[in-house]
Amino acid sequence: MTAVKKRRTSISAGDRAFDVVLAVLTILSVLVILYPLVFVASASVSDPMEIFQGNVWLWPKGFNLDAYKQVFRNDDIFTGYKNTLLYTVVGTVVTIVITFSAAYPLSRKKLYGRNKLMSFFLFTMFFSGGMIPTYLIVRQLGLYNTMWAVILVGTVSVYNIIVARTFMQNTIPEELYEAAAMDGCGDIRVFFRVVLPLSAPILAVLVLFYGVNFWNSYFNGLIYLSDRASYPLQLFLREILLNNMADSMIDTAGIDISQYMVSESIKYAVIIVSSVPMLVLYPFLQKFFVKGVMIGAVKG
Amino acid sequence: MVKMLNGAVGFFKKQKDPKPIMSREEKRAVNALKRRRIRTKLNQSKGLYVFLIPAILYFLVFCYLPMYGVQIAFKYYSPIEGIWGSQWTGMKNLNRFFDSYYFWRLIRNTVGLSLYNLIVSFPFPILLALIFNEVQSPKMKKVVQTISYAPHFISVVVLVGILNLFFNQGNGLINVLLAKMGFEKFGFLTSAAAFPSMYVWSGVWQNAGWNSIIYIAALASIDPQLHEAAQIDGASRLQRILHINLPGILPTAIIMFILDIGQVMNMGFEKVFLMQNAQNTETSQVISTFVYEAGLINSDYGFSTAIGLFNNVINIILLLVVNKLAKKISGTSLF
Repeated sequence: MTAVKKRRTSISAGDRAFDVVLAVLTILSVLVILYPLVFVASASVSDPMEIFQGNVWLWPKGFNLDAYKQVFRNDDIFTGYKNTLLYTVVGTVVTIVITFSAAYPLSRKKLYGRNKLMSFFLFTMFFSGGMIPTYLIVRQLGLYNTMWAVILVGTVSVYNIIVARTFMQNTIPEELYEAAAMDGCGDIRVFFRVVLPLSAPILAVLVLFYGVNFWNSYFNGLIYLSDRASYPLQLFLREILLNNMADSMIDTAGIDISQYMVSESIKYAVIIVSSVPMLVLYPFLQKFFVKGVMIGAVKG
Repeated sequence: MVKMLNGAVGFFKKQKDPKPIMSREEKRAVNALKRRRIRTKLNQSKGLYVFLIPAILYFLVFCYLPMYGVQIAFKYYSPIEGIWGSQWTGMKNLNRFFDSYYFWRLIRNTVGLSLYNLIVSFPFPILLALIFNEVQSPKMKKVVQTISYAPHFISVVVLVGILNLFFNQGNGLINVLLAKMGFEKFGFLTSAAAFPSMYVWSGVWQNAGWNSIIYIAALASIDPQLHEAAQIDGASRLQRILHINLPGILPTAIIMFILDIGQVMNMGFEKVFLMQNAQNTETSQVISTFVYEAGLINSDYGFSTAIGLFNNVINIILLLVVNKLAKKISGTSLF
């Protein structure tokens, strides 16, 4: 207690003023980051009329869940949700398997030709065929309009491979491999028995990175899918949120004004419904991904 | 003899003996030994190679095969003949791009937007990290950081959707505010002049918090004794930030900046494409969106590939130059 007091008294007036400045800056940046999200959430449960008239600023006005009812009744949203869930789960599993299939051997010092193999992967970071050749190859392979195009094309990241490899290199000592080899445990078994359990933190990070990526991506769907029934959620979102952008400028005299207002408030609800899973998930993995970013920043 | 054999196998590579003259039998023996050594080495990591198969297959099919397909940049693509069978046309596609009236516009927009983006969005993560680092209670610190990461987990579609809701000319929040303050409403979304700022500042909102992670990590690794010593010498908090924290994260900042410069011509497609509309193409048409339009909308495959290739080559040159610079300036480099 006295120690605290002593420190308190030793703080100069200048420092105290600076404390206030820092507090203001911190609060200001948090507000700027949070405000759009809070506004969208508030608007999504507000009376469409109040939004239309620009009366909603921070808190909901005229509590109303009609927008959500509309969203959940919407077939597109349901289809999109279902597809995205499928793509996210299968895609994350597949990309994780491929990532570790590269990362683990590359983390082993005994791998013959390790540097050459590393450059084989690294090269793809700097040079790529580009949009059209990739598109044509995907068509040639018969993957067009299948979920495999969405799941496979350009989804495995070399950066993540390096992160996983560096993690394994740093956490698993060579002696462990030697001991395992002594006990007659082959390289593949070592991976499943020793390396994978020890790599749980980096596995969690990569699952999050890949999962978020699949959940939020629309590009592969846009290019490789033509069948609406297999569209991911983000493509339907794009239709709802962006394609009728011009709507707000046409004169609304012709159409039913209340209908128009409801369609506007649906946008807010749809944002919430689509973003909440990721926003709820990430804080739990925070301590892991901070580590993941740090490992990635260390040159491999 | 043993020494000579070893030398051939590579044991004494650094020792620059004149190359031993070998008879045919000796050569054969050396080669056999070499092969056996490689074979045992391969054998030792057999399991690892099996493990690598999925990854190698994946990269061959989805990265290297398209790279080979880049040849259609120099071909006239015919759907019947396919990539491999189409007629060669040489530099025709590229020349058509260089000679087109939109060539300079595309370059200007791509480089302009990405330089603007780099210059504006670079300092924010550093500032955030410095400010957040001064939050005294560890619990508050964590809460503040968690909040700052949130926008990163929102999709581009939703981000652009929010932009549209906030800035549309009819009843967007910003325009309602402008009207209340007595200004005229402004069509931010359809203005070519406003597009770069809309793009860049929304990016700052989305990514500043996330990108501050690396600086927060760098700050955490600063020796606390430095702060203690400075405190005893009577340094104020501002002084400690300026003279300890800032220099402490400077190396990280320099590396990040250099890496970012290497990406200047690498303008992403997704966000620009979503923000683009007929009214703002004057500034929003960048190389990647043009490649999409020429290739997938107009099916001008060869032409579109040529533009993509041109962009890719410039990227690589830029990266190599920047990498060299980085090596010179900070002793750190990518490869």
